[in-house]
Amino acid sequence: MIKSSFHNYLGALLFAVTLHSCTGDSQKKLPIIGERATEERIVDGQTVVDTVYHQIPPFTFLNQDSVLISDKDFDNKVYIANFFFTHCPSICPTMQRNMLKVYEKYRGNHDVAFLSHSIDFKYDSPSVLKSYAKKLGVDDERWQFVTGTKKDIYGIAEKYLVYTKEDSAAPGGYDHQGYLVLIDQNKRIRGAYDGTNDEQVAQLMEDLGILLKEQ
Amino acid sequence: MRKNLIAVLGVSVTYALAVYSCQPNVSIETAQYAVNGQKLYGVHCQNCHGAKGEGLGMLYPPLTDTAYLATNRAALACIVKNGLEGPVIVDGKTYEGAMPGIPQLSAVEIAYILTYVTTRFGNSTNTYSQDEVKEALEQCQ
Repeated sequence: MIKSSFHNYLGALLFAVTLHSCTGDSQKKLPIIGERATEERIVDGQTVVDTVYHQIPPFTFLNQDSVLISDKDFDNKVYIANFFFTHCPSICPTMQRNMLKVYEKYRGNHDVAFLSHSIDFKYDSPSVLKSYAKKLGVDDERWQFVTGTKKDIYGIAEKYLVYTKEDSAAPGGYDHQGYLVLIDQNKRIRGAYDGTNDEQVAQLMEDLGILLKEQ
Repeated sequence: MRKNLIAVLGVSVTYALAVYSCQPNVSIETAQYAVNGQKLYGVHCQNCHGAKGEGLGMLYPPLTDTAYLATNRAALACIVKNGLEGPVIVDGKTYEGAMPGIPQLSAVEIAYILTYVTTRFGNSTNTYSQDEVKEALEQCQ
């Protein structure tokens, strides 16, 4: 009797260990990036502390079809955001080539979206963006190319933690970082990958898969 | 003495064979130009035209149209130096837009780049020489 319960115990232990080792990997979670704060709330007479994470704030921008789009269009979607301009002679083509690979891979999946902000608010009108998108090979609404006022575009870049600056000394007149920023269903930053670095783009592909399994 | 000679001969033949097997149709000079050209290509051309010369959609044409490279060989030097205003037909497709030139490149640097492009992406087996660059640049339209 003692022996059999010991066996049962051993079996349960073994089962638990196996289960744990199997699920360990698939439960990998991406970090939540950005500053965070705590907020105290009173629930049922008890004080609870919530963590408030950095989120992309509400926005509206004009897209390549001259339609106003907003953060609402990205609700419950995972999306990748970046900053570029159409006649950028330096890092943009490589960054967009890599973004295009992700776009092609997730063709038909409307849970994944793409958002490219032009930092050239003078030249990149919706019609210029439309022509660029078409030539790049973007033919559906999953990938949005947007323009806005300098204040709005450069302001939102800060929220994505991407550096952008109008700089006559930089190639093409604008200086910026080539990050592809991964945003989750709740507008939180979950990763930032150098869009000109093949290894980091491969990591983005992997992390995107992990994020899509998260609910 | 004779043994030495045979040994030297044997080593030279082995060396030549080793070189030959790596670069079947290309002279050592051409290979050297191409290696230097690859570095410059990475700096000046690759962002748009891609690591394999594949281009990007209809934005930037590929550099793998062997017929284009062969028939426009002299114009290539002008395109690198002075840029190109579209439309241009590459691989049967018409590309609009403009490519900026790189006027600060020297003749030998252009020779390196074009040797790399025409032997790696095209089917040329010859060096795009410095003299060829200079001659082509005088004829630019």
